[in-house]
Amino acid sequence: MQLDAKIPAGPIQDKWSNYRFDLKLVAPHNRRKFEVIVVGTGLAGAAAAATMGAAGYHVKAFTYHDSTRRAHSIAAQGGINAAKDYHGEGDSIYRLFYDTVKGGDYRSREANVYRLAEVSNAIIDQCVAQGVPFAREYGGLLHNRSFGGAQVSRTFYARGQTGQQLLLGSYQALAKEVGAGTVELHTHAEMLDLVVVDGRAAGIVVRDMETGEIRTHSAHAVILATGGYSNAYYLSTNAMACNGTAAWRAHRKGALFANPSFTQIHPTCIPASDESQSKLTLMSESLRNDGRIWVSKAAGDGRAPGDIPEDERDYYLERRYPAFGNLTPRDVASRAAKVVVDEGKGVGPLRNGVYLDFAEAIGRLGKDVIEARYGNLFEMYERITGDDPYRTPMRIYPAPHYTMGGLWVDYDLMSTIPGLFVAGEANFSDHGANRLGASALMQGLADGYFVLPYTVAGYLAGMLGERPVPTDHPEFEKAAAETRDRLARLLATNGSRTVDWFHRELGKIMIEHCGMARSEEGLRRALAEIPPLREEFHRDVRVLGDNESLNQSLEKAGRVVDFFELAELMCRDALYREESCGGHFRVEHQTPEGEALRNDEDFSHVAAWGWEGEGAEPSLTKEELEFEYVELAQRSYK
Amino acid sequence: MDLTLRVWRQSGPGDKGRFEEYPAKGIDEHMSFLEMLDIVNERLTLEGIEPIAFDHDCREGICGTCGVMVDGRPHGPWEGTATCQLHMRAYSDGDTITIEPWRAKGFPAIKDLVVDRRAFDRIIESGGFISVAAGSAPDANNTPIPQEAAEFAMDAAACIGCGACVAACPNGAAQLFVAAKYSHLSLLPQGQPERWTRAESMVDTMELYFGSCSNHGECEAACPKNISLDFIALLNRDYLRSKWRNRRLAGQKG
Ligand SMILES: Cc1cc2nc3c(=O)[nH]c(=O)nc-3n(C[C@H](O)[C@H](O)[C@H](O)COP(=O)(O)OP(=O)(O)OC[C@H]3O[C@@H](n4cnc5c(N)ncnc54)[C@H](O)[C@@H]3O)c2cc1C
Ligand code: SF4
Ligand code: FES
Repeated sequence: MQLDAKIPAGPIQDKWSNYRFDLKLVAPHNRRKFEVIVVGTGLAGAAAAATMGAAGYHVKAFTYHDSTRRAHSIAAQGGINAAKDYHGEGDSIYRLFYDTVKGGDYRSREANVYRLAEVSNAIIDQCVAQGVPFAREYGGLLHNRSFGGAQVSRTFYARGQTGQQLLLGSYQALAKEVGAGTVELHTHAEMLDLVVVDGRAAGIVVRDMETGEIRTHSAHAVILATGGYSNAYYLSTNAMACNGTAAWRAHRKGALFANPSFTQIHPTCIPASDESQSKLTLMSESLRNDGRIWVSKAAGDGRAPGDIPEDERDYYLERRYPAFGNLTPRDVASRAAKVVVDEGKGVGPLRNGVYLDFAEAIGRLGKDVIEARYGNLFEMYERITGDDPYRTPMRIYPAPHYTMGGLWVDYDLMSTIPGLFVAGEANFSDHGANRLGASALMQGLADGYFVLPYTVAGYLAGMLGERPVPTDHPEFEKAAAETRDRLARLLATNGSRTVDWFHRELGKIMIEHCGMARSEEGLRRALAEIPPLREEFHRDVRVLGDNESLNQSLEKAGRVVDFFELAELMCRDALYREESCGGHFRVEHQTPEGEALRNDEDFSHVAAWGWEGEGAEPSLTKEELEFEYVELAQRSYK
Repeated sequence: MDLTLRVWRQSGPGDKGRFEEYPAKGIDEHMSFLEMLDIVNERLTLEGIEPIAFDHDCREGICGTCGVMVDGRPHGPWEGTATCQLHMRAYSDGDTITIEPWRAKGFPAIKDLVVDRRAFDRIIESGGFISVAAGSAPDANNTPIPQEAAEFAMDAAACIGCGACVAACPNGAAQLFVAAKYSHLSLLPQGQPERWTRAESMVDTMELYFGSCSNHGECEAACPKNISLDFIALLNRDYLRSKWRNRRLAGQKG
């Protein structure tokens, strides 16, 4: 297969306007004739559904949540970037574009990233007009902060609840359309398969989670905005229900999966307290502005932090990266924490964390200033751990957080299946091998409000006069029957272990071998361990209850089945990529000082994998990345 | 610690439901309340008993998915805390904990501890938004908003839509939720053009599903985000005004 990203011609600044000028349009009176399915109502999906509904298309939106106000997007704390340059610091669309390509360690597509930066300002305008209460200065204008190592203040935020407020904005916009009847809403409705007819996306198979009924829906185009797959690691900062099923099912139907091993591990999360831990809580990265990270110089030091004198502490980030110190980018900070914990210097009862210490900042600025800056985070930390961070250092450790990889899409955000579009965290498009802080919210809303409404229209324009494939087409009936069988098999197995047990075991393999540091040996071991575990799952899982009422174990079981296959592909991709870049660190490829070593010669491409059937090796297709504007350089934070 | 749970079990909307008792042995004080339920559920599964259905997602107190009555209190004993943020430190060895779903006319039962809160969405669909087509917004800094106004709106916008206020109310009223949603938008300059239609339609829709407010104030005490009763005062005042204003506006339209 050849991958054509369909990048418009012309200088990068003009590509998106040229594209829109050349676009075939759908006249307003014709839009009602087109049906569009949107799966997922997080930032990306809600924005797309609301915008396309308002434009006059017949939209059907689906979410497994009980309400569209509750996607994982709601948990984002830090903020959203835009190139407004409201503070006269020399920021610009070009700088945001440049920073994003560099931050992604030169593994993203320039044209897409430029467009993202270009529409970023309109997102802020849109959100403010919708009533998103962003932080303001005394004069009433919008406030910004610098975030995640950026040298300009371009991050807009609403207290520590930016994701919540942005999602409420798009949720309300969507609710308006639902009320007006332009969007037909299906909640507690989980997509379990994609239906492809004559090579095009024709519709989906959905399970009603309250009655178990399997229904099929058809449309002219299908948009997946179903989020990321960090929960393949079991423990992550993602919401409990986040999963990869929609993307994986589309992959099995022919959509290529790009760079699955590009995952981001966030450095500041609260370490696990025991086996029963169900998820990890992120502590905002902003804490690193004032907290100092350290461990004892001696391995196995059992002393309380207050009893360890200054000269016996190792402020390892300040030592290794004097220029950036505690503010080194996420991937670098995470790996450095792993190094010291692996050396036996970890802190806390399970020795699985490092200290984030505010004593010096409290001494310098006073407790009041620290409380004003981080009061709510300190309170959240204390609620979870029972420790008071004003008196004793916080304990933190990295945790899986975000997946840069996802379904391959072209400039139109269309996958390799015509008519199947992918938006938000579910696609691979804009963040390369590492995502910068506050850029995921930007991307989700860019895709939903400002990109898909054009690109999907361009696709639909060519289908005027065609009706969607009827759902009594044999392909629909086949997909529905297969889904029913899959569920029936899970219920009939009646083995001896719970779904969570299998998910935890898979997570252990993944974090150990495909986490912050990866090696050929470890990845080969993971690839040897996952298939038997998967087979054991199919033989020995116990899912009680029936299909005909709410059954949370059955839902989970279906998602874990797909995580098994996805996890294998993640390891395979990590093994294939013989370089270290962004969040992907192969121990074989590092500088003598232990820094990541890219291999631009051989790996300046997107690795897009194709499903070749159960048990068969996946196929690999490459999209070469060309850098016309950004100069490739080794990232250095010394 | 060893605990005993008294849990509401109900197989579906048609079932009458009943309490069942389950032991929860060897619970660590560092676990969250929902992790304790996870453990009990895994043990029940291995014993062949269908696990307890309960709602949850973010487990960080922000999505509003979780929410059960714990010993008669919405979200349990900790003030300003959603169920998912409650930790087992709150309990001691030997305690019995009673866990029930939200009970209100507006929230029909789905299964065990899970109820249907979609009525909240119907209220938002009727007017809880500001109309603005994508791409038509003016520059964000065109309209300065005094910092206090933005902060006040944010206080209201912090509502997570969990429904604890309804569950706490002896009348099953949704006034605190609607007031929070209404005030967030109506305190901002951007929310003014639709203010009066918003007040009227949100309240009228609310009354189709929920009981009436008689100012008990139980809702504020139960709210995990400490949403203030003051917003109810604003909603009530605006609703009364909206009745004659909307008539006048309609008259102007002709
Ligand atoms: C703790 C945390 C903090 C973060 N903070 C920031 C931040 O400060 N700034 C930033 O830019 N980014 C941040 N991120 C990342 C960002 O929040 C996410 O990447 C982004 O919100 C994803 O949005 P989305 O619309 O793509 O997907 P989601 O919000 O995950 O939505 C997915 C939707 O798809 C639906 N869905 C999925 N599968 C199916 C299916 N099979 N059937 C039906 N429906 C389905 C779900 O119900 C949901 O509606 C953070 C992430 C985490 C975990
Ligand atoms: S007002 Fe409080 S209790 Fe009511 S839904 Fe909102 S957050 Fe929950
Ligand atoms: S699970 Fe999200 S608020 Fe409790």
